[in-house]
Amino acid sequence: MLLAIDTSTGTSVAVVDRDRGILSEINESDTRRHAEVIGEAILFAIERSGISINSLSGVTAGMGPGPFTGLRVGIAAAQAFAFGASKPLVRVVSHDAVAWGHYATGHVGPVMVVTDARRREIYFSAYSGVDPVGLPIRLQGPGLCRPADLSEQVAGYSRYERIDAAEVSAASAGLLAEGLFFHRRAFAGPEALYLRAPDVTVSAGPKRVS
Amino acid sequence: MTGPLVLGIETSCDETGIGIVRGTTLLANVIASSMEEHARYGGVVPEIAARAHLEALTPALTAALAEAKVTLAELDAIAVTSGPGLAGALMVGVGAAKALSVALDKPLYAVNHLVGHVGADALRDDGTDIELPTIALLVSGGHTSLLLVRDLISDVELLGETIDDAAGEAFDKVARLLGLPYPGGPQIDRVAVGGDPKAIRFPRGLSQPKDLAKHRYDFSFSGLKTAVARWVEQKQDAGEPVSVADVAASFREAVTDVLLTKAVAACSDLGVPRLLLGGGVVANARVREVAAERCAAAGIELRIPPLSLCTDNGAMIAAIAARLIEAGHGPSSLSFGADSTLPVTIIQA
Ligand SMILES: [Zn+2]
Repeated sequence: MLLAIDTSTGTSVAVVDRDRGILSEINESDTRRHAEVIGEAILFAIERSGISINSLSGVTAGMGPGPFTGLRVGIAAAQAFAFGASKPLVRVVSHDAVAWGHYATGHVGPVMVVTDARRREIYFSAYSGVDPVGLPIRLQGPGLCRPADLSEQVAGYSRYERIDAAEVSAASAGLLAEGLFFHRRAFAGPEALYLRAPDVTVSAGPKRVS
Repeated sequence: MTGPLVLGIETSCDETGIGIVRGTTLLANVIASSMEEHARYGGVVPEIAARAHLEALTPALTAALAEAKVTLAELDAIAVTSGPGLAGALMVGVGAAKALSVALDKPLYAVNHLVGHVGADALRDDGTDIELPTIALLVSGGHTSLLLVRDLISDVELLGETIDDAAGEAFDKVARLLGLPYPGGPQIDRVAVGGDPKAIRFPRGLSQPKDLAKHRYDFSFSGLKTAVARWVEQKQDAGEPVSVADVAASFREAVTDVLLTKAVAACSDLGVPRLLLGGGVVANARVREVAAERCAAAGIELRIPPLSLCTDNGAMIAAIAARLIEAGHGPSSLSFGADSTLPVTIIQA
């Protein structure tokens, strides 16, 4: 049983169980209020699931891709919750969660997950389908590009069914993590997937004032 | 040792601070700084600071609990800086603090960063408690503020603040134009040794009678920075040597002079014979020296918390929360946000 948090788009928090499915899910689609809503979202997700924090087996964080500020709120919260509850933290790629959710509802075939990266750019990941145990196979991404460049970025672009995901479901992230754990697959790495360098330029030196 | 056991989280700028206090007793003060990562840019880059907080938080939590020799279960409350500061950086601490509060089922207190600097004085280990009312001069790379503190948790007034650069930023920028590395404060201090602080009369911002009417307790350092740049350029254009020691000493004197002149004026005007210093710029030896001289001359009691509590830290945030708890204040609602311009009158968000 996992508490899952994803703030790569809006704020999504869920409690899921491999056998019992989604026990609760809280979604706030506002993409600029992560810090405000994250605490209550976690609290309500736990309350509505009816479980005790002690009975969780771990915490899942969606690591993006996502625009920096909001994405970080969820990862920070997942880390701190895992620390406070003395539970392991596992991480998943947020796009994988979207693909997992898509295939879990019976879809087959190649799929491309696209989310908003702001600044007139998009994040994308391409999947060929699922493996024998139902886990998505990511062929390419996550990547970052301008919308107009996507067809060149992804080989065989036209083969893919494109999903523009306005929200990433924490329940999908959690259930994906349950699957990865059960089938002993690798989780995502510890780095947040910003896919952008910080906005900063090294200036050549002080400018003249006179 | 009595009082509530509080863990404080501070991420308003480039230091990830986790502190643990029991009432007014400091148990742990762990600070992870991303300063080195900002060095090549000559100043704090908000996004770099925020990314560093995310990586530093859990290790700092672990270290602080070990240092304090307490467990999470023993904590009475969690405290976090909710502002003022860099928005993206603040949000990391706010998100983590809320999750920790829910995971542990412990009350959460959202605390004002500037008031935290004043609260740091309550943690001195010499056994003396903070005396009020006091004027507080809080100077760092992120803020330059003059406060009147009548009560630590219920009555803090902003007398003035910088209208452009923070004093610490001015140190960084002047260091840069003198070809010195970041952070500028210690570098200016280093090269000012042997320099003549009276060699060059750099301007004191907002100190003219016309400015004083409207900005009696406000600061401005952007004109000073430009004046230093102009002076250096003129020397270079004329092919004359630039005495880095004199420029550094004179610049530092101008900053120090204006900071202490305004702080001492506030003490006199308001009849408050106490001045408390806080913020990273207090590490500057000349600032402390001039503060001691001016306060002694004016009959003002000067209080400077230990340097490790002057720079941004989580213990000062925990200290304010401990006061709030002792005074019977309830926790903050879980829905507060990070407020980069949180006014000083809002001590608990
Ligand atoms: Zn500060």
